[in-house]
Amino acid sequence: MLELQHVGFCVPGEGGGKTVILDDINLKVSERFVAITGPNGSGKSTLAKIIAGIITPTSGRVLFDGEDITDLSITERARRGISFAFQQPVRFKGLTVKDLISLAAGEKLSVATACSYLSEVGLCAKEYINREVNASLSGGELKRIEIAEILARGTKLSVFDEPEAGIDLWSFNNLIKVFEKMHEKTKGSILIISHQERILDIADKIVMVADGHIAAEGAKADILPKLLGSMAGCRFTTEVSENG
Amino acid sequence: MAELDSIKKNLLEQVADIHQVPAGAYSLRVDGELFGKNDSEHISIVKKTDKPGIDIYIKPGTKKESLHIPVLLAKSGLKELVYNDFHIGADCDVTIVAGCGIHNGGSADSEHSGIHAFYVGENARVKYIEKHYGEGDGNGKNLMNPTTIVEMEPGSYMEMETAQIKGVDSTNRITRAKLADKATLIVHEKIMTHGTQRAETHFEVDLNGEDCGTHVVSRSVARDQSTQLFVSHVNGNSRCSGHTECDAIIMDEATVSAVPEIVAAHPDASLIHEAAIGKIAGEQLIKLMTLGLTEKEAEEQIVSGFLK
Repeated sequence: MLELQHVGFCVPGEGGGKTVILDDINLKVSERFVAITGPNGSGKSTLAKIIAGIITPTSGRVLFDGEDITDLSITERARRGISFAFQQPVRFKGLTVKDLISLAAGEKLSVATACSYLSEVGLCAKEYINREVNASLSGGELKRIEIAEILARGTKLSVFDEPEAGIDLWSFNNLIKVFEKMHEKTKGSILIISHQERILDIADKIVMVADGHIAAEGAKADILPKLLGSMAGCRFTTEVSENG
Repeated sequence: MAELDSIKKNLLEQVADIHQVPAGAYSLRVDGELFGKNDSEHISIVKKTDKPGIDIYIKPGTKKESLHIPVLLAKSGLKELVYNDFHIGADCDVTIVAGCGIHNGGSADSEHSGIHAFYVGENARVKYIEKHYGEGDGNGKNLMNPTTIVEMEPGSYMEMETAQIKGVDSTNRITRAKLADKATLIVHEKIMTHGTQRAETHFEVDLNGEDCGTHVVSRSVARDQSTQLFVSHVNGNSRCSGHTECDAIIMDEATVSAVPEIVAAHPDASLIHEAAIGKIAGEQLIKLMTLGLTEKEAEEQIVSGFLK
């Protein structure tokens, strides 16, 4: 369904050189759940944005259902069936939760239908449906509203950039149930960028990205044991760097 | 009463969301003349004899009634200044819908300046909705300069919703309010300017009474080469709370200025001002594009949501 061929992305670096963010990424996504994991700064989010069309790769091609979509805009890709949930959801003054879910669904939704999507992500629909998607909502609430939008879109490919951030008050089990239900409905692929072991645990395929390369790729049973060893190290270094 | 022609019917729909002469109490002013009026059991409308305009008397205790006072101008070059005074009795709970629609198909400027004074009685609640709208294919400009004066008795509550969304070339909007004990004034203003339009809005709120409060929110969008100026003065003269907020989106080569002033003249006055001006954030456009909207559709959604 989705195929990345030799995808690379560099930005101008210091002293006129180039900094390579992603290098020669080759990846096929056709499974139910594919998880992309790897240390912070490894290029995972860039990869997700390249798939959604937010970032244009400096080399390589992106294919979707056999069509070369490398030069298509964000809008055209969305209309062909790619959804993208932001790591940090965007806030809007004035647009309500119902507005966004309706825009996602591509039609004016009845209150009952819009509410059903919110209930699926564990939000009391009545309280949220007419709220503005502004700074009064917490990061976790915004994340769940964004997942509700992706549910309303129901596209062939849904890309989630760290969906677990801020949802601790809800639960991983529910998040995973939402993904399973989403797959039942769309019969498509769900690509999830995540560090969370419990999310990796449901993946049919795990892709480990490190330093802009695919360091390992394969079935959960093969990758997860290796990964847990290396991830512990990553977490440790992250904590050290964050603490000072 | 005579029928309205289609141009005027459209203006009426734009400013008052109604297609015909409204039910209940109303006063309809068309092309500089009182076109028709109707009193209700509790609301009487009296034409002023010394100057253009009307006096509106709402009996104390009037509940759940509405009053419509639209003004329509379709004659190019007409300029008028109208005084409307609203005497709202104690313990009322009423909705007043005002609005002005100008259709200027000629080359002369059309202008409507309304001076509305509200005397809000003790513990009365008033919702005031005002829409301004202009259209026309001539070169003549549509000018509207509304002045709103509000005097609020103890315990009264007034909510003003004003909107100027389209077709007004120049506006200078002035709102002055004085609040007594425990009075509350809420203002939601929406302005959109385009082309070379100019909009100014001035607020002056005197928080004189104990525990009175105001919340003035202005949201605006300036497109093309239009210019806007927002000025607010909130004076806290007693134990009170005041909040003003000016939020503007600029597009194209438009300019917006916000000049807030909050004056605390009492140790227990609590006043806040917030102002934010900027273009539509790129990430907002990207987000809506990932939902399948084009950049232009995304922009329209963001603007219409912002001014909703």
